[in-house]
Amino acid sequence: MDTEMTSMKQTLYDKLWQIHVVHTQSDGSVLLYIDRHLVHEVTSPQAFEGLRLAGRQPWRAASAVAVPDHNVPTLNRSQGIADAISRLQVETLDKNCVEFGVVEFGMHDIRQGIVHVIGPEQGITLPGMTVVCGDSHTSTHGALGALAFGIGTSEVEHVLATQCLVARQSRNMRVWVDGVLGDGVTAKDLALAIIGKIGTAGGTGHAIEFAGPAVRALSIEGRMTLCNMAIEAGARAGMVAVDQKTLDYVRGRPFAPRGEMWQQAEDWWRTLVTDDGAVFDCEVRLDAGSIAPQVTWGTSPEMVVPITGKVPNPAEMTDAVHQSDGQRALAYMGLTPGTPLTAVAVDKVFIGSCTNSRIEDLRAAAAVIKGRQKAASVKQVLVVPGSGLIKQQAEAEGLDKIFVAAGFEWREPGCSMCLAMNADRLEPGERCAATSNRNFEGRQGTGGRTHLVSPAMAAAAALAGHFVDVREW
Amino acid sequence: MRAFVELNGLVVPIDRANVDTDAIIPKQFLKSIRRSGFGPNLFDAWRYLDHGEPGQDCSQRPVNPDFVLNQPRYQGAEILLARENFGCGSSREHAPWALADDGIRALIAPSFADIFYNNCFKNGLLPVVLAADVVDRLFRETFATPGYHLHIDLAAQTVTTPSGEKHSFEIDAHRKMCLLQGLDDIGLTLQHVDAIRAYETQRRQTAPWLFV
Ligand code: SF4
Repeated sequence: MDTEMTSMKQTLYDKLWQIHVVHTQSDGSVLLYIDRHLVHEVTSPQAFEGLRLAGRQPWRAASAVAVPDHNVPTLNRSQGIADAISRLQVETLDKNCVEFGVVEFGMHDIRQGIVHVIGPEQGITLPGMTVVCGDSHTSTHGALGALAFGIGTSEVEHVLATQCLVARQSRNMRVWVDGVLGDGVTAKDLALAIIGKIGTAGGTGHAIEFAGPAVRALSIEGRMTLCNMAIEAGARAGMVAVDQKTLDYVRGRPFAPRGEMWQQAEDWWRTLVTDDGAVFDCEVRLDAGSIAPQVTWGTSPEMVVPITGKVPNPAEMTDAVHQSDGQRALAYMGLTPGTPLTAVAVDKVFIGSCTNSRIEDLRAAAAVIKGRQKAASVKQVLVVPGSGLIKQQAEAEGLDKIFVAAGFEWREPGCSMCLAMNADRLEPGERCAATSNRNFEGRQGTGGRTHLVSPAMAAAAALAGHFVDVREW
Repeated sequence: MRAFVELNGLVVPIDRANVDTDAIIPKQFLKSIRRSGFGPNLFDAWRYLDHGEPGQDCSQRPVNPDFVLNQPRYQGAEILLARENFGCGSSREHAPWALADDGIRALIAPSFADIFYNNCFKNGLLPVVLAADVVDRLFRETFATPGYHLHIDLAAQTVTTPSGEKHSFEIDAHRKMCLLQGLDDIGLTLQHVDAIRAYETQRRQTAPWLFV
């Protein structure tokens, strides 16, 4: 197999896979070596407990970095966590990290933040790495040319104990985006447009490489937004090939190599591209120029339309499954077919999450506000930076003042109202413009109604009180 | 994972069909951050007269004297005798965690729910399937004989009664090997320790920045 493989043109995914194979088993699965293991408080306690019960130590504790993010409060953090069960989960992470020698950015560390934001920010995740975390949005890290995917709790324990995973190779899929994204159209809109096109199961069984001129043109942060949502397209992993932007982004980060080691790393990282002529099992093409800002209307990210569109009529959908899903979604969302999206009013706005809480996202939201006020009908606008360092940077740029002056709330970093595991949540029936990645029933609070949008679109909706086309704002 | 080779264990009978995992360990205990310590809450709703919540001291709770696990003659039981479709319902791995934590090492039933059956092997529990008429006889003998023990020999794939009657059972060869050697998935991977070390040595040369 090896001689045949090496003579063939390889995709980026194949290269990343092959270099991490420790052992191929008789049933075709492999032991895949894991370079970086990110850990958070929700999916790790039983894994550490498993190690303890078996009397095992982490194989390479230095490969793991932990951070609490899901349960942390975004308000009055110095007073600790009010909810006892949330508090215990976070304290358990603290204790486990001490006991097993895992580096942790605790709740009061300036470097604390959403696990998928701090990984790239610190250079903890680097090009060419295999990166895992007990969290599905681990796909985010693929933006740096890494192979990154989410795992379950028993696999968290497996990686802690063995530095390996038992895994099977996925098929190769390429999403090629030609052209140029228009003004006011962002990586988030591209991600939603792709999911709208291929569906939430479109990438199942595949690793997606995002490529083409429009992807190359994205910043690294934009690529993270795109790869973050690969999981929403059904793919476990999403990735973008290494280029000069990747290297410029990584250079100088606290955990990135320096000096001679940097040179050695860079030489290899530059090879982390798909070979010309490599064959993909499946390819999808889009034209960036035809993409408008996107808004989801239903309870799955694939239920998405351009802001210029209307709430669709499920009766006009092609098959019975889509019709019934669509009907159920509209009932849950409290929407009527044919309503222009610009006529849909929002109660709350959430700007944050591992999809859109980085500094460029906050700048984009702030730029829309231009000294205006949130609409009186909007009850609450939360702006939750992805990390303590992003918060610091935003404050240095005066963004916090812009948000507060507009009546937005400027919070401490964490997952917050992306999944409402802490105190930030929607009340039943409330409608929210959210920059996060999932609009499932109850995701932001029982009965809450989520519309996924870009940060600029969310900020504009907060000002107008309903969705607007940010290009005309 | 603890190996399972042979066991001569006291038998406790749970004489009802379709015992689901919510009965084995009720949902309020899933909030726990642990996978050990579920033993006192095994069959919580049947075992106690009050409503159980995580974090209670179970030794202070009123027990249901009619429930078999509370009867003195079954204290220290290691083999749970059950009826058909044991472990149906939710896939929670907390169910085998609770059984193992309470001292159960093997289960005998005419059939088990699929996911529960799989989960048992991940936690060192041996689920044994015997014919319904055989299980029925074992129930009668257990009730009739205080201190009733069964002998399970995994290598020979037999259950032997005190009178010397032997019943054979089927088991997948891979699972049998894992249980006999006490290997869980992690244990199996650790059989490749040398390959992992060799890989790391080579990567340290080509990508030293990954190991600082
Ligand atoms: S921000 Fe949301 S999607 Fe991202 S890790 Fe947190 S909860 Fe998950």
